[in-house]
Amino acid sequence: MPTTASAAHAFADVTTSESTLRRFLHGLPGVDAVGLEARAASLGTRSIKTTAKAYAIDLAISMIDLTTLEGADTPGKVRALAAKAVNPDPTDRTTPTTAAVCVYPDMVTTAKAALAGSGVKVASVATAFPAGRAALPVKLADTADAIAAGADEIDMVIDRGAFLAGRYLEVYEQIAAIKAECGDRARLKVIFETGELSTYDNIRRASWLGMIAGADFIKTSTGKVAVNATPANTLLMLEAVRDFRAQTGIQIGVKPAGGIRNTKEAIKFLVLVNETAGADWLDNHWFRFGASSLLNDLLMQRQKLATGHYSGPDYVTVD
Amino acid sequence: MSEKSEQNRLSVFKTYKLYVGGKFPRSESGRVYEVTDSKGKWLANAPLSSRKDARDAVVAARKAFGGWSGATAYNRGQILYRVAEMLEGRKGQFVHEVADAEGLSKNKAAAVVEAAIDRWVWYAGWTDKIAQVVGGANPVAGPYFNLSTPEPTGVVTVVAPQESSFLGLVSVIAPVIATGNTAVVIASEKAPLPALSLGEVLATSDLPGGVVNILSGKASEMGPHLAAHLDVNAIDLTGADADLARELEIAAADNLKRVLRPRTEDFAGAPGTDRMTAFLETKTVWHPTGSLGASGSSY
Amino acid sequence: MTSPFEYAPAPESRSVVDIAPSYGLFIDGEFTDAADGKVFKTVSPSTEEVLSEVAQAGAEDVDRAVKAARKAFEKWSALPGSERAKYLFRIARIIQERSRELAVLETLDNGKPIKETRDADLPLVAAHFFYYAGWADKLDHAGFGANPRPLGVAGQVIPWNFPLLMLAWKIAPALATGNTVVLKPAETTPLSALFFADICRQAGLPKGVVNILPGYGDTGAALVAHPDVNKVAFTGSTAVGRAIAKTVAGTDKKLTLELGGKGANIVFDDAPIDQAVEGIVNGIFFNQGQVCCAGSRLLVQESVHDELLDSLKRRLSTLRLGDPLDKNTDIGAINSEEQLTRITSLVEQGEAEGAERWSAACEIPAAGYWFAPTLFTNVTQAHTVARDEIFGPVLSVLTFRTPDEAVAKANNSQYGLSAGIWTEKGSRILAVADKLRAGVVWANTFNKFDPTSPFGGYKESGFGREGGRHGLEAYLDV
Repeated sequence: MPTTASAAHAFADVTTSESTLRRFLHGLPGVDAVGLEARAASLGTRSIKTTAKAYAIDLAISMIDLTTLEGADTPGKVRALAAKAVNPDPTDRTTPTTAAVCVYPDMVTTAKAALAGSGVKVASVATAFPAGRAALPVKLADTADAIAAGADEIDMVIDRGAFLAGRYLEVYEQIAAIKAECGDRARLKVIFETGELSTYDNIRRASWLGMIAGADFIKTSTGKVAVNATPANTLLMLEAVRDFRAQTGIQIGVKPAGGIRNTKEAIKFLVLVNETAGADWLDNHWFRFGASSLLNDLLMQRQKLATGHYSGPDYVTVD
Repeated sequence: MSEKSEQNRLSVFKTYKLYVGGKFPRSESGRVYEVTDSKGKWLANAPLSSRKDARDAVVAARKAFGGWSGATAYNRGQILYRVAEMLEGRKGQFVHEVADAEGLSKNKAAAVVEAAIDRWVWYAGWTDKIAQVVGGANPVAGPYFNLSTPEPTGVVTVVAPQESSFLGLVSVIAPVIATGNTAVVIASEKAPLPALSLGEVLATSDLPGGVVNILSGKASEMGPHLAAHLDVNAIDLTGADADLARELEIAAADNLKRVLRPRTEDFAGAPGTDRMTAFLETKTVWHPTGSLGASGSSY
Repeated sequence: MTSPFEYAPAPESRSVVDIAPSYGLFIDGEFTDAADGKVFKTVSPSTEEVLSEVAQAGAEDVDRAVKAARKAFEKWSALPGSERAKYLFRIARIIQERSRELAVLETLDNGKPIKETRDADLPLVAAHFFYYAGWADKLDHAGFGANPRPLGVAGQVIPWNFPLLMLAWKIAPALATGNTVVLKPAETTPLSALFFADICRQAGLPKGVVNILPGYGDTGAALVAHPDVNKVAFTGSTAVGRAIAKTVAGTDKKLTLELGGKGANIVFDDAPIDQAVEGIVNGIFFNQGQVCCAGSRLLVQESVHDELLDSLKRRLSTLRLGDPLDKNTDIGAINSEEQLTRITSLVEQGEAEGAERWSAACEIPAAGYWFAPTLFTNVTQAHTVARDEIFGPVLSVLTFRTPDEAVAKANNSQYGLSAGIWTEKGSRILAVADKLRAGVVWANTFNKFDPTSPFGGYKESGFGREGGRHGLEAYLDV
């Protein structure tokens, strides 16, 4: 497989004009909502026990982008989160670190310092997160700022207004521009805000649009709207990255974000990964959870497996 | 002068022929048999159909099935009504034939023919209603649209009543074709003439050729071949006696034909819907409904 | 492809079900030995372990059971419908209460995955009794005229693929309409019917209203031939259905038959492809393909054939075959050695005739009866695997170029039970559904069942409908 091929190159003829791009996106196979949700629900009935559960819990912890995206964020809050990312369970040093912490651009410097030497990455939202309502130069500056501060990963939002108005080329060009800004310095996660795209057909189209524009990851949501990651929309995006690799040889990551709060749910997502995209995605280079409270539930379940007793919220750290 | 000439005039006999595929063939066997009135007086020679005539009739009925079952119910209703109109115009002929065939007075025969005409009108009105009565939406416990509709079963062999040569005949043919089936009819063996004349009416009623095929002869000779014929979907045994009915039902099992067994019938009474439903399949179609968007679980 | 994410065994506990070492016939409210003392063993097809020894009904027992049913009929049919309804509601509730036990039992006796008995069979069984319970006092409004009457004693013979569900499909409408029942379960899966007898006792159902006669084909033949049976209902093979139709010819017995199928699952090039793949898998690998309405013929538009087959094979590689009691098992055991032999021989014939075989690579357990999910490509209408019902996890893949050709090929079968259509174009669904000669058409879905939805076939797939208002007709004198 030509793993070094560039997606932009492979799809050059698709992105020559608004009409070719539209024709391509609207030519993708449709999605039957009931069938998609039924498949996601069916995979949700997998029963993951004992050794498999232990594996899944550690994998899930290692895939978390531990996130704080509040107006009230302070350096103190971010440092506490970073400490938790590096050392999730002070009582058990075998616990894996999370994949990254995810913060606003102005907190990147703080996070970077707190995580120095830990291997935990710093992800920064950018491009006028969460609404994405700003001019491209503003978005580029936002991105450049985060990268300059040391962000390893950029979580950009697409312009849902442009997408829903059918201006796909504009969305494509914005992603490509941000990707160019990231260059080799940061991996780019493209957030679709699936809850606002509303239909599964739109989510499939957005996934392909993001991938051909150069996304390293496709991500469901900002966590700021009513409906964020669901098993069904994540399954759909996993199908997209699976098909994209089959077609281009390029592997793209997936990040469900928002609403995944407990171990049982997280394991259901890992089952989706395992049985849809496959084992190649069972790694935090290719799959992430955008979450915060999920981590403590995973830790309590981890303690239960280790000790045989149910744990409680006082036995994990509140940060 | 005209009266005199009528008295002296030698009348023109009618050559009764089969009605198959919209045409009027003689039996391929070249055989005929004598048809007499109720007192034994010779009326005409009727074709003594063979199993090959039956086979040809099935081919014609199958060929007509796609178009007839695919026609709109409204269109079928219009055509059945047209049959009633054509019969009304030839009422005199049928009164005469039924009186001879069944030994009825002119008045009684007229009542029978009128009832038969009215029966066509009854079924003409049913074509676009039966689906609403026996079909419908099924409220399944899930996000699915689910609809059951009746569909014609296909080619139906009809062993027409032996005694009620016209009203009975109409009462068994009309429900079969009202619902979109096509028919191969074995007319009353001893009184086939009204049936053969009905073929002439059907041919001039916009009814596509092959929708109804009328054979005269012996049910005991043609019946077993039609009952065992793999391209026949159903059989109405109304005119078969108990032994023949059993024999034909056994043969019909070879391809699991739908079978309407003989029963006590009063053709003068109001027909129900069961002669239509006997030859209807129920097709149930499912389709996911789903939510309008992926933004939330709406069920 | 081995994954680091290996699911550890997750077996459902067997301890919820207590299988006795032996069972009698259930006649007139009592368990009794067969008159001639005959018994047979029922085994678990996934392990070949003997589960129990069951009395085998002979002609004398059939006569006794029919007499009991006849005696019970007088009072049962005279009960107000609202009282019959309450018995059926009781039964439905007890089934719900005991559903885990029954699911495990069914999985043990049949070999199908617990995932299916738990999530499909048992919920549908309870729902069926609930649905028909509600009809019992509303028959005047069912569209069959005022005061429709029951037929009398119903002789019912059911298959082994959905033992308890087929029992529900038979018994619920029969009792709701005021008939009494003598039912013969299949010889390889008698246990859930015998547990149902116990449920009838718990529900306080009057004696003789339901009688259960385990046995082989000769028991069924004696039942349908019994002169005092008024109604015969059979689900099973077309060959046996044909023999039954000949048996009841010339009698007054009302007959309904649910027989074989060779369902065409038609995938157009504009299908929702990922859901179509799921539908194909569900269509032919649900219950190991031992389903009369299985989508056993895949008709795929040539322009998407390769893409679809790649997706399908990839998907089949993720199916988990093994211990049916494991909650993660997708493919369980074949129900019997006899059935496995039939599947194997038809698949060998497919290979011999030149169709190209592909089977998912999966480990086959040492004991029990198993068959790996298999598909045949390069199949034409002339191949045996495209015409004969295999009743196993074997899919035959054919191609077509135009909608007309798809319909012509789909209808080119002596069967007419089910069909599937996959396309995003609404008008094409309606046009194709209209032309398909099949009793159940699933568009953009497959193998969905509901008590309100009539089920049954065209042509040699049988006649009569089960489920819904239509299902009442089979048990009423109308």
